[in-house]
Amino acid sequence: MDWSWFPFEMPHPALLWAGVLEGIVLSAVLALTALGLSLVFGVMRIVNVAHGEFYMLGAVLAYAVTSVIGGHPALGFTVALIVAPLLVGALAAASDWLVLKRLNYEPEATIVATIGMLYIIQQLSLEFFGPDARPVVAPFDWRIRLPWFGYSGYKFVVVGAAILLMIGVWVLMARTRIGLIMRATQFDREMASAFGIPVDRVFAGVFALGAGLAAIGAVLIVPVQQAHYLMGGDPLLLSFIVVIIGGLGSLKGTVVAALLIGLSDGIISTLFTPTLAKILATLLVAMVLVFRPQGLFGTRAA
Amino acid sequence: MHGGVIAALVVLGFVLPEYHHGAMARILVLAVFALGYNVLFGYTGLLSLGHAMFFAAGLYGTGLAMQQLGWSAAAALPFGIACGAALGLVVGVLALRTIGVGFMIVTLMFAQAGYLTSLYFTEYTRGDEGFTIPQAARAIGGLDLSNADTRYLVAVALFGVAMLLKLWLVRSPAGRVMVAIRENEERTRMLGFDPFRYKLMALVVSAAFAGAAGAAYGVLFGYVGATFASIQYSILPLLYVLLGGAGTVIGPLIGTVLMFYLVDFTSSLTSAYNLVVGVALVALILVARKGILGTIRDKWARWIP
Repeated sequence: MDWSWFPFEMPHPALLWAGVLEGIVLSAVLALTALGLSLVFGVMRIVNVAHGEFYMLGAVLAYAVTSVIGGHPALGFTVALIVAPLLVGALAAASDWLVLKRLNYEPEATIVATIGMLYIIQQLSLEFFGPDARPVVAPFDWRIRLPWFGYSGYKFVVVGAAILLMIGVWVLMARTRIGLIMRATQFDREMASAFGIPVDRVFAGVFALGAGLAAIGAVLIVPVQQAHYLMGGDPLLLSFIVVIIGGLGSLKGTVVAALLIGLSDGIISTLFTPTLAKILATLLVAMVLVFRPQGLFGTRAA
Repeated sequence: MHGGVIAALVVLGFVLPEYHHGAMARILVLAVFALGYNVLFGYTGLLSLGHAMFFAAGLYGTGLAMQQLGWSAAAALPFGIACGAALGLVVGVLALRTIGVGFMIVTLMFAQAGYLTSLYFTEYTRGDEGFTIPQAARAIGGLDLSNADTRYLVAVALFGVAMLLKLWLVRSPAGRVMVAIRENEERTRMLGFDPFRYKLMALVVSAAFAGAAGAAYGVLFGYVGATFASIQYSILPLLYVLLGGAGTVIGPLIGTVLMFYLVDFTSSLTSAYNLVVGVALVALILVARKGILGTIRDKWARWIP
């Protein structure tokens, strides 16, 4: 095909394929992180601006745990995969109890409070962890040979793990008693409370679960990227984009939108410069919010 | 009383030691930014998370006009203010279609796009590194704005004009309607006012104040950089206003002074000085939603405007 009319230089097909693969890995982690944000928004009706910092904490804790344990990389990584989300979840539950609950979950006040939490978590990590990016070794080293290039097998494991976790969350929400209680609280907070559901504890649990999902996503991706105290910004922005495009509080929409954003980010950044891609994505999302506040896939008013 | 505040600021200019003299000039410019933020947040009840874009519009409008087009400071300054107001109009028409949390996120997104844009055109803006405006160009009429004493007095003058304009605005009928919208938008609509028009007006005025602060910052301190477009500078005016007292005329000045010196002091102790910003935000929203002046007004002095 003749591509000479195309205003951008067409990348080599191998590069494009690499873009697609990177896009899929990004989508998987993004879907987990955005799912956390979406759950919190859906059930508690609050926007958690500190979500990216919970993600960052997950990565930083993964570094801390693996460097303390030593031995075979897989051992430290497995421990990190369990410990980091639990610690982050506990911190989230504590901040819910200490701050958000006292604000009666007013939407505007909680945004201001979570901005404050963002600064506190970020700056404390800077103080204890330092300003340097730290690597975490992948649990195994295994490369898959593709026709054009070798590809890290670990990245496929990331995608698989993310899919399993998402199925897990879906089962939890749709098939268990806990999920039923969460959905009841989402549907009508006061009615749920009248039926004896401990709304306070449900909220603390949901906030912890949301933060824990972000932390798991970060632990999974940290062998590919590096842990850094400012790494929470991009996932926060992208999760926002995903949640808004997918429809606030819609589980299915979140996954579809994560795939859309992750893939297009992977492909677009091989065509345009990443900054321009981000500008376009951000403006697009602002426009979606202005003209279709219920999201592209959602039907309910936000 | 407001005359007294300005007189006190002028006197301070002669007695302050050199370091605080420079810091205070900076504070006054940032206080103009906070005053503008308060018009939107404190009086009209709209919480924007994207005011850095208006500040940056003023800063870059003035800075680039001087740097690239060779305009004089006297021409570039009003141009910067106009840039802020124009951006406010465009963003307002779009963002005011949303309410509450939607408005906060849309303004945040627009500001983020603005920040990335300032990085994208690195050729002109020099991105994070920024550029300086040559000292020779920083003069209006015979006034050399890079001179510390002149700079301080110009900052006081700017603050004074901004404060009086705001006082006049909030006491005018339009200002009353803005407060009515904050208290109950639906009822204001029932009374026959068009809330969208007044909200848009508040946003444009607020953006013009932010643009003026940005333009003045560029001319007075001669530095233009992308940092001023970052989210940090959208959060700071919110913090200044919350601390000083939302919906008060001089609260933003008090908030700016306290917060500036608090951050200044902690940054001499630790690199994690933004910790103070976070703790202050959480503490304020939890225990003192009305800020310093707002609390004083409620308890002892109902006459404070």
